[in-house]
Amino acid sequence: MQGAPFVALRNVTRQWHGRGGVADVSLEVGKGDFVSILGPSGCGKSTLLRIIAGLETPQSGTVHISGRDETHVQASRRGLSMVFQSYALFPHLTVRENVLFGMRVRRAPAREREAKLAEATAMLGLEGLERRKPSQLSGGQRQRVALARAVVSGHPLCLMDEPLSNLDAKLRHSVRRDIKALQRRLGLTVIYVTHDQTEAMSLSDTIVLMREGRVEQIGSPQALYAAPETIFAAEFVGEPPMAMVDGAALGAPDTWVGIRPEHLSVATEGKADLIGLVREVEYLGAETHIVVDHDAARGLIVSATGHADWRPGQTIELTLPAKHRVLFDADTGRNKKDPQQNCGASHRQTEPRDSHTAHHPQSVTD
Amino acid sequence: MTMTANATDFYHSERRRRAIHGWLLLTPTLVMLTAFAFYPSIATVWTSLFSRGTRRNPSEFVGLENYARLFEDPTFREVALNNILYAAVTIPISIAIALVMALWANSKIPARGFVRSAYFTPTVLPMIAAANLWLFFYTPGFGVLDQILSLFGAPSVNWLGQPGTALWAVCAVTVWKESGFFMIFYLAALQTIPEDLREAAEIEGASRWTYTRRVVLPLLMPTTLFVLVNALINSVKLIDHLFILTKGGPSNSTKLILYYIWESAFAFFDAPAAAAMTVIVLIVLGAVAALQFRLLDRRIHYQ
Repeated sequence: MQGAPFVALRNVTRQWHGRGGVADVSLEVGKGDFVSILGPSGCGKSTLLRIIAGLETPQSGTVHISGRDETHVQASRRGLSMVFQSYALFPHLTVRENVLFGMRVRRAPAREREAKLAEATAMLGLEGLERRKPSQLSGGQRQRVALARAVVSGHPLCLMDEPLSNLDAKLRHSVRRDIKALQRRLGLTVIYVTHDQTEAMSLSDTIVLMREGRVEQIGSPQALYAAPETIFAAEFVGEPPMAMVDGAALGAPDTWVGIRPEHLSVATEGKADLIGLVREVEYLGAETHIVVDHDAARGLIVSATGHADWRPGQTIELTLPAKHRVLFDADTGRNKKDPQQNCGASHRQTEPRDSHTAHHPQSVTD
Repeated sequence: MTMTANATDFYHSERRRRAIHGWLLLTPTLVMLTAFAFYPSIATVWTSLFSRGTRRNPSEFVGLENYARLFEDPTFREVALNNILYAAVTIPISIAIALVMALWANSKIPARGFVRSAYFTPTVLPMIAAANLWLFFYTPGFGVLDQILSLFGAPSVNWLGQPGTALWAVCAVTVWKESGFFMIFYLAALQTIPEDLREAAEIEGASRWTYTRRVVLPLLMPTTLFVLVNALINSVKLIDHLFILTKGGPSNSTKLILYYIWESAFAFFDAPAAAAMTVIVLIVLGAVAALQFRLLDRRIHYQ
């Protein structure tokens, strides 16, 4: 992000009777960025988007779009487009009329309308559907019409509120690629709300992770994955998410130790950090997830390549390589960034062979 | 072979069983409809083809003579014109008011629940009670209307007592009574329009008015058609207030067709004339409703 940010929120608060909504959120989005607002339902991510759109007015704080204070400007004057989870297509209008609705309202000349319509329908593969009503389209087509409507508006900023949530898994993938292609091709700045971390990871330049109305972490997908700042972030991002082990079981009291499933490995004889019980084995083709029960751990899943021959009920011995451990303060739930501490912890819990490389849990490389 | 025979037997008895089952399910409705709709309609048509029986001249088949007599009856013509005017005034006005009230009661206003129930109250009141209320409003001298007008120095008006104003006064009662009822349908329809559409239109730059005109009104069209047909039927059916307010007077100026039918049948005891009028009303109503559906249906979007 160089220069002035394209969209900037400063200390934005919008709550209902002191609850819900967003509290004291600041955020900067550069021009042409794809930013996802990620979080569980009820974390305030949609409220945040609606504040940017102008459909909701913050109680305090400011919204700047391309340098202008737009906090109290009407949605229609902010120069942005929006794609809704429900598509929000006008059911009585044809695809053509839906896409051109905004241009008709703005009284754009007919020639310009036709050109834009042709361009947008071609871009989104909607040719031949212009005369259909939304009810005669599939879910994926409907969302493409909504995207076409956003494209035709010509606004540089596009807000998307869970645009893929009403689609089935297969369509979700194809529309997801459409969205990304569209954003690249038109150089759009996209702010994208989702509760699905896979979408956020695969689409975004930057992810804003929210929790209970506040920003939990802002960073690139890689940063969120490899160096979560909090236990919440660690357990929200990743499929399956980071496993959490009570530090006491690994000789690091007052600490939670996080580790990604792909970094957990089955121990060779006598060198185990944890000894657990296999609860479930999920074979996924390229990999196998072994769900392990251990009293001091939650979400313990080993991701083994290919087929792994384990049976529920078997005892499994696991190693947690020190360089992949992410340490969290047990009281605050925050990442213990102090490398000194990490090294100290590593010393106590790992065998000498690993101790020299055991630092940088927040390293971005993965 | 026996297997096939058995199977066909079984198939036939199964079919029979299902047919009986179906007819049994239909019976209650069939009995009710026959007793209260089919038989009366046919009996009415039948009656309209016979002359009025007196002690000296027993009733005999006269064909369409009753209808011919009706078209020569100046009162029938006057009553029919009254009813057309009554419908032409009350239907559009009550629908328009209902729509405006519904749009208003659906927006974010304070005491929304109170406003909605206030609008709906006239519908809950029996027409007879409402008519008594309005009788008090219209009463010359001490009625509410006269008292208000006298504040501005206007002379007392006998709203229901003069042919020039009586029908309009009756129309006002009907509009007041009906618009609250129609509002409920509009309100229900408005609430099925998702909020997202308003927001999408707003972001696209549409003003409130544009959104209402280009999105809300078209989406309300199925409701409008329903309300329109209902209003049309009510403009013939709803005459309870005439009994309280004017009894069709003065000099037939507020006499509507159903009131005239009632009068013919039960005051003048001319059942064949009443039956003939009923048949005409049925035909006209059916034709107009069919026309409305035919004309509007093509332009209406159903969800």
